[in-house]
Formats: sequence, C-alpha cells, structure tokens
Amino acid sequence: MGRELLRIEHLHKEFEGKTVLDDLSLTLREGEVAVIVGPSGCGKSTLLRCVNALEPVQGGSIFLDGEEIHADPRKLPQLRQKVGMVFQSYELFPHKSILDNITLAPRMVQKRGREDAEAEALALLERVGLADRAKDYPRQLSGGQKQRVAIVRSLIMHPALMLFDEVTAALDPEMVREVLDVLLDLAKQGRTMLIVTHEMQFARAVADRILFLDDGGIVEEGRPLDFFDHPKTERAQRFLNTFTFETVKE
Amino acid sequence: MQALGFEVLWKGKNFARLMGGLWVALRISLIAVGISLVAGVLMGALMTRKNPVVKALTRLYLETVRIMPQMVLLFLAFFGTTRWFGWNLSGETASVIVFALWGTAEMGDLVRGALESIPRHQYESAAALGLDGKQSFLYVILPQTLRRLLPQVINLVTRMIKTTSLVLMIGVVEMLKVAQQIIEANRMKVPNAAFGVYLTVLVLYFLACWPVSLLAKALEKRWS
Amino acid sequence: MNADVLRSYLPLYKEAALLTVRLGVLGIALAFLIGLVCAAVLYCKIPVLRTVVRAYIELSRNTPLLIQLFFLYYGLPKLGIRTTPEACGVSGLAFLGGGYMAEAFRSGMEAIAPIQLESALSLGMTQTQALSAVILPQALTVSFPALMANVIFLMKETSVFSAVSLMDLMFTAKDLIGLYYNTTESLFLLVVFYLLILLPISLVGSLIERRLRYAGAGL
Repeated sequence: MGRELLRIEHLHKEFEGKTVLDDLSLTLREGEVAVIVGPSGCGKSTLLRCVNALEPVQGGSIFLDGEEIHADPRKLPQLRQKVGMVFQSYELFPHKSILDNITLAPRMVQKRGREDAEAEALALLERVGLADRAKDYPRQLSGGQKQRVAIVRSLIMHPALMLFDEVTAALDPEMVREVLDVLLDLAKQGRTMLIVTHEMQFARAVADRILFLDDGGIVEEGRPLDFFDHPKTERAQRFLNTFTFETVKE
Repeated sequence: MQALGFEVLWKGKNFARLMGGLWVALRISLIAVGISLVAGVLMGALMTRKNPVVKALTRLYLETVRIMPQMVLLFLAFFGTTRWFGWNLSGETASVIVFALWGTAEMGDLVRGALESIPRHQYESAAALGLDGKQSFLYVILPQTLRRLLPQVINLVTRMIKTTSLVLMIGVVEMLKVAQQIIEANRMKVPNAAFGVYLTVLVLYFLACWPVSLLAKALEKRWS
Repeated sequence: MNADVLRSYLPLYKEAALLTVRLGVLGIALAFLIGLVCAAVLYCKIPVLRTVVRAYIELSRNTPLLIQLFFLYYGLPKLGIRTTPEACGVSGLAFLGGGYMAEAFRSGMEAIAPIQLESALSLGMTQTQALSAVILPQALTVSFPALMANVIFLMKETSVFSAVSLMDLMFTAKDLIGLYYNTTESLFLLVVFYLLILLPISLVGSLIERRLRYAGAGL
C-alpha cells in the first residue's frame, strides 16, 4: 500500500452546541479502501462532509496530501478537485444532459477542451454501461443509472480520493447491485476510497479496513473478516446483531 | 437643516395638512379595500363555477382590469365616463370606483386560487370522518383557505395603498398635492423645500405600507 | 368616434408609445441586473451587504413609483444632482423594479436544494461558477412566472412617467383631452396603444411559461 493520502487529527465537530464528532483521528493510504459503518446519526456522513469542507469544523485538522483543507477558503476549489464526492441523492444537474453533467466541471474548472472532455466522458460512461444515454436528461434515467452517472461525473476530475456517502440508500433494492458493482470495479483498479454504507455484505467484500463509528468517535477498526466475524467491542456486536433475524417459526 | 428644506414642515399647519393629505389617500384605499374584500369573495366563488359562460365572463373581467395600467383606468373613469354618461364624478369617487373594480378582480383571483388549492382528498377525508357538506366547509376547508389567503390579501392591501398615490393625476388633493402646494407657497423663502418635503412624503408612504407588508410576511412564515 | 381625429392623433401616440417602450425596456433591463446582484448577495449571505440589500428591497417595494420619481426629479436637484426626465424615469423604474426582481430571483434560488450547490462545489467549482452554471439556470425556471409578472407590472408602472414631464402615452392623452376635448378618441387610442404594448408581452410570457412547466415536469 502506498503513501499516506489523508490524515485526520483530533477532529471536533458540533452542530448548535451538540457534539457530532469528538477527537476523531484516522489516516488513509493511497490505494486503500476504508468503509465506515455504524448506527444512523453516529456522524458518518458528517465526517465525509468535513473531509470535503462542506462543513466547518470546530477543532482538529484534516490534511490531504499534506495540505490542510480547512486552512484557506480560497484554496478550496483547488483541493476539492482532488476529492470526488458522490451523494445519496445523486444530485445530477437536472437542466443539463448526461454528457453536459459530466463535462461541465472538467471544462469549466480544469479548462479542458470540449472534445477531450467528451471523449473521456463517453469512455467512462461505456465502462459503467451507459454510453447510449449520453444525450438523455437526468429525469429520463432510473435511480441506479443516475448514481452511476454521478460516479462518472466525479471520476472525470481524476480525484486522488473518492468519498461515497450512502450511495445506495435511496435506491430500489434491484438497483443496488449495479451501483455496488461499479464501486467494486473501482476498488479493483486500486482507487483510494472512503465509503459510508449500510450494505454489510458489500462492506465485507470491498473494504481493506472497516471503521466502526459510534457516538462521534471510532470505536473499533480492523480487517473486514475480523470485524464482522469477531467484533471486539460490545457496541459493535450489538450493532451487527441488528442485521440478523432469529427464525420465529419452526 | 436649512439647506435641505425640512423646516417648512414645521411652519404653521403644514405638517398637519400633509397628514390630512395622507388620510385622503388612506381613506380612498380603505373604502376600496372594504368593497374589494366583500365583492372579491363573491367573485372568487363565481370563478370556481364550472359553468363556461360564467367562467369566460369572470376571466374576461379579470384580464381586462389586470392588463391596463391603473392610471388608464382612472382616466377612463374620470374623463371618459363623465363625457359618455354626462354625470359629474368627483376625482375621489372615480378613484374609489376604479380601485374597487381592480381590487375585486385581484381579490377574486386570490380567493379562486385559495379555493382550488385545497386538495380533493381534504374534502374526501372530511366526508370519511362523517362531516356533512356544511361542517366540512366550516371546519376543514375554510380555515385552510384563510391561512393561504390572508397573507396574500394583506399584500394586496399594500399594493392598493401605494396605488392611491396616482389619484393626484386626476386632481384629487391628497398628500402629494398638498406637498406641491407647500413647496409652491415657500418657493422664495425655502428654495430647497422640494427635497425635504418629497423625502418626507416618501417616508410617510413607507411608514404606511411597511408595517402591513411585515405583517403579511410574518403570517406567511407562521402558516406555511 | 371621428376617424379623421384618430388618424391625425396616430403619429403623436406612436411617438409616445415608442418613448414608453424604450424607457420601459431600459428600466426593466436595469431592474433585472439589480435584482440579480441583490439576490446573489442574499443567497450567499454576504455580511453587511445583505443588510443594505434587505433595506433597499423593503424601501423600493413599500413606496409608490410616483413618489420616488417626484423625489428624484424635483428633490434631488436641490442637492445639486441634476438629471434629465428620461434618466429619472429609467432610474426610478430600475429602483422600484430591482426590489421586485430581487425577491423573484431569491425565492427561485432558495427553491433549489442547497445540496445542488454542494455537489457543484465538491467538483471544484468556485462559488461564482456554481451559482452561474448550476443554481441560476434552475432558479430561472422556478422564478420565471414571477419575473414575467414583474415585467408586465413594471411596464404598466411607466404610466406615471408623465409626472416628470415625459411625453409618454398618458401625457399625450391628457394633453389632447385638455386641448381639443376629443375625450373619446384620445382615450380609445390610449387603451389601444397600451394593449399593443402589454398584450404581446403577456401572451409570449404565458407561452414560455407553459413550455417551461412541460419541460420541468420531470425535474
């Protein structure tokens, strides 16, 4: 595994006086896939949003490639290009076609030429099986398709780090698979990813490392097999138990 | 303050006269608002009728009154009807007629919008609870309609107050006319009176309208 | 109604209507710009400036244009600020309209979920890029009916321009009534010319609105 890409030190985050993240530290190496799991409201999504500076923080620091993210707001656009983020609700731009959704940022932010950007966009769409939808508008796509486009829209910026915030939580069950397959493919390519998810089977398959978050801090972390089969802490055991059902009828 | 011409306001009864002028404007708008509220509710009820003739007629009335500048309507009433029908209409009466006609149209449209915005299932769920037609209207439909309507109606009132400034143009002696008279009378001694007096008129109009729009905004926020 | 009278008045009204349209279009264009800037200030919550903008919006929306014009035209010169009647009419209309346009733009922008802005920012866009490429185009669709209503409202408001001795349609009508007493013909042409100006705006507006609603149905 490569050099250190992301370092979070003693992060402290409050919402209106209520502590959401408390003295949280973690590091992520290049090529590493870390999956964050934990009960709802434990601060998982907030953590991702802090990494992308969509939330102000009240203490601690976050370094991306050695540069502190929250230090200078003028540097943010520059830093955010290195971080791709995919949201639960896709957030495609409804007034633009799929192709324009994908090429908007490379052309506007990175000043790439139209042909160059469109060629790469089509190649990426091909890879997620949506090349034939380039001319369509977001409203013509299913949830799973929209989410795959959203992933492509982030990828085209060539980010060093990808953040996935419960990207399958808003999808109908039969569409979850097509999106998770894309994520697995990305992991195979050796991308660095920080993933928040409720899909435990998927977490087990994709992760190099599981981070169990509860009450604003990392309670337990380890390799997926260790965490899922032999959770050390009582809180993690209780959390994992909520995913299993006892048979009630013989 | 000499240079800005505010001091004429304190000479003699000038300020009282100005307030008298404001009252003339407010009186016109109050009477017109009163008529519009009552007639507008009837108008709105008419507009929700399914009858195509009624629908077309009310629509025509609304669009006609709406597309014309109020100044044109004032001219039609003041210069036009006196000529065509031979009656003698004071500027103030003409203003009340025009603003009431206009206010009724706008109010009618607001009432129509509010009535039509209540979703069908509200009527159905009221019926499902065993309320009869009259009860469901009184306890379910009416309160919701009012909540939607009231902020918009109050907004209409501020618009009507502002519009009364136009009556100057058909010779009604209201605040702006009084202001002109005061400035004219002091042309020699206080040459800058136009600045102070017109600014005061502007502020007075603002003070008349602003609290009303604040009320509308507050109600809108509370009930939305 | 006398056809000869109508024919002889026609050129006067045409002249006046052109003035009304010219000043109206100019004032409304400025009002658009002012409204856009003010809405952006409010949306981005820029400190101090936003308080100024709020005060301006309240002032412009709660005072009649006629009084604003009187103050601009007769009051301000006393401070040494001289203006022409035309500049006065245009700036009065822009001052009034800016407040209304700002409110229309603002409510449209606020109707777009903040996470749209965040997703644009997370792609590395600056605040300005995100506003102009992502938020504004969507907000325009939402605001369109309100903006259109403002355009018609402001075009109608130009009818008070005669108060600052601009020879617009109202001025012409009043003048002719006073001079020749041909009330019917004068008023008839007044109505016709205002319809000629206002009806097309209103029709085109509702046409675009219907198309937008259709296009935006699946948004």
